[in-house]
Amino acid sequence: MATPKIISARFDEKKAHTLEGYLALGGYATLKKLFKMKPDEVIDEVKRSGLRGRGGAGFPTGMKWSFIPKNTDKPKYLCVNADEGEPGTFKDRLILERDPHALIEGILICCHAVGIKTAYIYIRGEYDFPLARLGAAVKEAYANGYLGKNIKNSGVDVDVVIHRGAGAYICGDETGLIESLEGKKGQPRPKPPFPAIVGVFDCPTVVNNVETISALPWIMTNGADAYAAIGTEKSKGTMLFSISGMVERPGVYEGAFGVNLWKFIEESTGGVKGGKKLKAVIPGGSSSAILTAEEARNVNLDYESIAATGAMVGSGAIMVFDEDTCVVEALEVVLRFYAHESCGQCPPCREGTYWLYEIVNRIRTGRGRPEDIDLMLAICPDMLGRTVCVLADSAAIPAASYIKKFRSEFEAYIDKANPPERKLHPGGINFEARAL
Amino acid sequence: MSHARHAIAPSGKPFAFSPDNEAKFAQLLPKYPTKRAVILPALWLAQEQEGHITVEAMEYVARRLEQPAVAVFAVVEFYTMFKTEPTGKHHIQLCRTLSCWMRGYQDLQGLIERKLGIGPGEKTPDGKFSFELVECLGSCGTAPMMRMDDRYWENLTVEKLERIVDACNQGRDPAGEDH
Repeated sequence: MATPKIISARFDEKKAHTLEGYLALGGYATLKKLFKMKPDEVIDEVKRSGLRGRGGAGFPTGMKWSFIPKNTDKPKYLCVNADEGEPGTFKDRLILERDPHALIEGILICCHAVGIKTAYIYIRGEYDFPLARLGAAVKEAYANGYLGKNIKNSGVDVDVVIHRGAGAYICGDETGLIESLEGKKGQPRPKPPFPAIVGVFDCPTVVNNVETISALPWIMTNGADAYAAIGTEKSKGTMLFSISGMVERPGVYEGAFGVNLWKFIEESTGGVKGGKKLKAVIPGGSSSAILTAEEARNVNLDYESIAATGAMVGSGAIMVFDEDTCVVEALEVVLRFYAHESCGQCPPCREGTYWLYEIVNRIRTGRGRPEDIDLMLAICPDMLGRTVCVLADSAAIPAASYIKKFRSEFEAYIDKANPPERKLHPGGINFEARAL
Repeated sequence: MSHARHAIAPSGKPFAFSPDNEAKFAQLLPKYPTKRAVILPALWLAQEQEGHITVEAMEYVARRLEQPAVAVFAVVEFYTMFKTEPTGKHHIQLCRTLSCWMRGYQDLQGLIERKLGIGPGEKTPDGKFSFELVECLGSCGTAPMMRMDDRYWENLTVEKLERIVDACNQGRDPAGEDH
């Protein structure tokens, strides 16, 4: 069965980003039906669809909504997480650029279901063009009665505010995003209380990823059963996979869950660039554990199968290493990222990411000591589950997996008698150890 | 947290929103239930107005939003896109994270260093270019890439980047070289 296009259906339509183009393709058609439904019926529909959050955590969306208290005097808020920042992820950007009205329609569905009147879209600061497209779409939606007061005579009011971030990976964490939206440093909050109870401006808050929200119009149009029929028992529907690295045709590809991981990559992108051999695959963003070529060829692409390998589907960011890609330097790049992006409030993260980076840097630059590899492996467990958010885990999990699965490459850097030949970009730029 | 910065000295130049930004600022206030939440959007206005954010602008934003100055300073320090010093006319943000690393951002950095004579964090003496290495910009499918002049430049090669830089140097619109 060919994979149905749910999220990416309109990506190749030149005018889908305009209201006229979106309407011509059947956009906003769910609203008539939607406003006749009771909020609880909408939540049930989304629950039955099995839709899970596409930002990285994979939490069931309908269940998340049902945690919002029904009887509260406080306003409720929706925060749409468009702070796409997990290295390797570039799919929300396509939705924002090419299909922003699907996001707005999804926002209306969520707001009606949960009783929300204000939605904030938190978009990463560097996304100039997506911001322009989204801004134009919101403006058009207001001008034509799809946002604002009494939307299409339904009695429903929804306002959308676009809030621009300013360059901080940590604001993609849901409570980091909330802190940032409140005008503070984006330092995540301890949970509980969860955002559903005490979220932005101390009010009940739903935080959902762009892709999650954009799946809603299709689900409401075609029904929960149609969505749930795609994929596997626990991983239902489709997901956008951002595939990059050493493949022939990098890009965003929509896929149904349950297919073989490597087959999906190969069929979508044409396989490893230049006919080289496959070395490894990162299946779900740089926070994920790495898969060897053999593992990648033998695992199915769904939440449970990938999790069973110790890796994760995450945000669907697949990165492919060819035979020439140096795993030691790759880990250095990954750890430098997390050391740079640590918000600094939890010592195991602030210190742990820094020291892991320092150590792998000295290994890669020929200053490593034989005991350094085990030292790194000893640091990793002390960074797991000990901090307010998962940034520390996001550094420790790949570090431990790269070392365990490619230990000989690390040892080669320490073996002074036989220094490894650097095939990728010989004579490339040396990283400055301290210039994070 | 990302950058340990030095204490920032006042510029000696007073700051106030331009009439345009004053109007935009007035529109921002009703969108949020607290004044503190307007700090980031107000700082964006200040940065767009002057190209960077001076101490005076931070104090101004704090006053306008009835916040302690330190609340605004802390935000400016935390977010990498808020600049406390003027950047070059063309500010090059070259991505160095995984996919851009695999696809050879190193060669692009080499070109910038050779051709413009500046490393990360530096500015050319004529003020035309400044350069920084940044983390993942969400454009991994078109790596290597950079952000410059408020837009992305994707699928870069050394040759293409050289054409873009040349266009900037010759006062032409570099967009013509984005192919």
